[in-house]
Amino acid sequence: MLIEVRGAAKAFGAVQALRGVSLQLQRGECVGLVGHNGAGKSTLVNILCGAMAPDSGELRIAGRTGAETEGGSIGAGWTVREARRWGLRCVFQELSLCDNLTLAENMRIAQPQAAEWSWRARAGAQLMASLNTIFPGHGLRVDDVVGELPIGKRQLVEVARAFTPGAQPLELMILDEPTSSLDGQASAQLLAYIRKFVAAGKTCVLITHKLREIFAVTDRLVVMRDGQVVQVSDTSKTDRERLVTAMGQDVEATPRQATTRASGAAKTHGSDARVVEVTATAAGGIAMHAARGEVIGLAGLAGHGQTEMLIALQDAALHGTRRQGAMRVDGGTSFVAGDRQTDGVFALWSIARNMTVGWFAQLRQRGLIDAKQEAAQAQQWRDRLGLVTPDMALPIGSLSGGNQQKVLFARALGSSAPVILMDDPMRGVDVGTKRDVYALIKEEARGGRTFVWYTTEFDELHHCDRVYVFNNGRVVGVLAGDDINEERVVALSFEEATA
Amino acid sequence: MNLSPAVPTGTTGALGMQRGRRVALMQTLLPAIALVVLLAAVFMRQPRAMSYFGVNLLLNLAIPVMFATLAQMMVLAVSDLDLSIGPFVSLVACIGATLMPTQPVLAVLALAAAVGVYALAGALIQARQLPSIVVTLGLSFVWLGCAVLLLPTPGGTAPEWLQAAMRVKTPLLPLPIWMAVATGIVGHLLITRSAFGTLVRGLGGNPAAIGRAGWNMVRIRAGVYAIAGVFGVCAGLMLVGQSTSADANIASRYTLVAIAAAILGGAEFAGGKVAPVGAVLGALTVTLAASFLTFLNIAPDWQVGMQGLILIAVLGLRAAIDLAGGKR
Repeated sequence: MLIEVRGAAKAFGAVQALRGVSLQLQRGECVGLVGHNGAGKSTLVNILCGAMAPDSGELRIAGRTGAETEGGSIGAGWTVREARRWGLRCVFQELSLCDNLTLAENMRIAQPQAAEWSWRARAGAQLMASLNTIFPGHGLRVDDVVGELPIGKRQLVEVARAFTPGAQPLELMILDEPTSSLDGQASAQLLAYIRKFVAAGKTCVLITHKLREIFAVTDRLVVMRDGQVVQVSDTSKTDRERLVTAMGQDVEATPRQATTRASGAAKTHGSDARVVEVTATAAGGIAMHAARGEVIGLAGLAGHGQTEMLIALQDAALHGTRRQGAMRVDGGTSFVAGDRQTDGVFALWSIARNMTVGWFAQLRQRGLIDAKQEAAQAQQWRDRLGLVTPDMALPIGSLSGGNQQKVLFARALGSSAPVILMDDPMRGVDVGTKRDVYALIKEEARGGRTFVWYTTEFDELHHCDRVYVFNNGRVVGVLAGDDINEERVVALSFEEATA
Repeated sequence: MNLSPAVPTGTTGALGMQRGRRVALMQTLLPAIALVVLLAAVFMRQPRAMSYFGVNLLLNLAIPVMFATLAQMMVLAVSDLDLSIGPFVSLVACIGATLMPTQPVLAVLALAAAVGVYALAGALIQARQLPSIVVTLGLSFVWLGCAVLLLPTPGGTAPEWLQAAMRVKTPLLPLPIWMAVATGIVGHLLITRSAFGTLVRGLGGNPAAIGRAGWNMVRIRAGVYAIAGVFGVCAGLMLVGQSTSADANIASRYTLVAIAAAILGGAEFAGGKVAPVGAVLGALTVTLAASFLTFLNIAPDWQVGMQGLILIAVLGLRAAIDLAGGKR
């Protein structure tokens, strides 16, 4: 036994992220940790690596006496620093490199024990050795500045840096979606290296949504759902079907739920009913369009130009586009931000004000805001969305993340804009809220509104009439109706990279 | 192995990286070019300035500015802003002109305490996640208050040894040049080459990454502010050594001058990007801009505004380089 978690529970406000999770890791095995977004994987990893203490439960570590954490208090101090010193490394989904530093410098900051002077050459050589071992033919140099590298290359550096032992031991490697921005070749190289790593008696936890990788590389599978471990099995004794069932991706729900009704109308009206139109260009990829009442999905790997497209559409609606005819949006647009804290909420304002700030155009009377109408409309949306709050005058921070997101939806939908742009709005939102919002989108689409929806969750694509797949900032494919499925989207996302 | 090279998944390819390098080079050279252009203009207008004594006179005032700029640059490196460096330099100058000649031990203790307060402010900013602008703005009034208490009216006398040190005739090149070389090297070693400096820049660029690697961020930020304080002490002592007497507001304009010089030298307000050698050149340029206007016989009423215009011109050039490099 290398490390053991017993009955770990953790809550964030009203959201119970973990409800008593137990997990054992042995030496020399690769464990796949799977589950949907929000199943509690990240929280579990954070507890393992010392970034969070569980509210209850305990953590036992090989080579250390007693329980590290018990009943919420960090016993012997299982901190990030302690965990690193013991030999635990993490590769996170978001990059933990410093963009303004070179490769060698990034290697140095990951090694608290290294020398104060004359470290540059050594750190660089160590990192290069790892890169050469794991990703032969990577084409990187020690004095490259991370910020100038494309995202895929940065991920190579991140992974290689974590696998460089340096002055510290290396026992347990936790990889959280390590291949999300790697191309096919680099992914294969990494998976092969993980097998070698495990064969040398080390332990690896792999978190990924790519089931193919899970089956290719893991020895054991741990399936999480709603903050619990629902299935533990040997990889050889399970299959894709069983895994998907355990993850709760109910097969009945997956087939189409989209709102095809209005698209029929669009066809009869020809291109006149199109409210959004983007012509094909060499740089932008194939053409896109959306008609009244359609829900359009933007898919592909995160950060491949979807958000930029939404912003371009908004600009086009606001002041027309610079390139004549390249992009057309009829009527106004309204934006639903995904990154609530940065782009969405006004943290110091009330719930009502956060909602109505998007509707001022309608609420204005002789330059002033009609307070009575504002309150009435806010109340109306509160009832419609089932916002859980005693008073709309409370600060927005009093709401849970999901309810905050509902407020942002109300802000956009309450405006008169015929086109709603959504920037991965369901990030970190609980299942109940998602269900409510899906229903709301459906209803609004039926009423003639158009949605352009960037999402990183495959399930949500099934709510779309048509899905455009982005790759490297270009639109590389379009899927409609029954063609919308995970494999097709993944294939298109990776097409160029693997060619 | 190289038969099917990995295709980069981002938008910048090898070509973009090459252009990135060229832009970086231009940015590094810009402060040096600005300084050379300004120097050439001064020498053309006043050829007699092209001598040991002329250069000394021209750039003498830049010595304390260089140290104040390095202090500001340390703080900029962690993506903070120090609004208290001017009053701090004033306070140090006042200590130098009052306590230093009569009670040297007390003076040294007072300076050490002031640096300690600086470090504490850094620790506080990190530990409580406070905006540095607010903390240092508050601190600036504390420094000013202490300075007024020490020296209510302009006056005092700097210790003889300090005055002598600032008048020393250095071999080959005048003192300001040697000082610029020394501060440039110290800054470069400290912030660009040392492991601590790398950490500092890392903290400015991506604090989460530093935290995840297991570093004590409170200690790093406290260290950064302490070093800024030490540079501030150097600036204040050299200033009072030059001017021989002090005043509670003697260096209040240094706050903005230091920011301008650091930015001119290639630092950025966020993201942990700083350039120590550039900052020193920036400090020289900013000082020289003032002298240059005197040589042009521009009325003092207009000089501050003209100085601003020169700064805007150079910074505009930098923005143009960024744009040409395709930076957002």
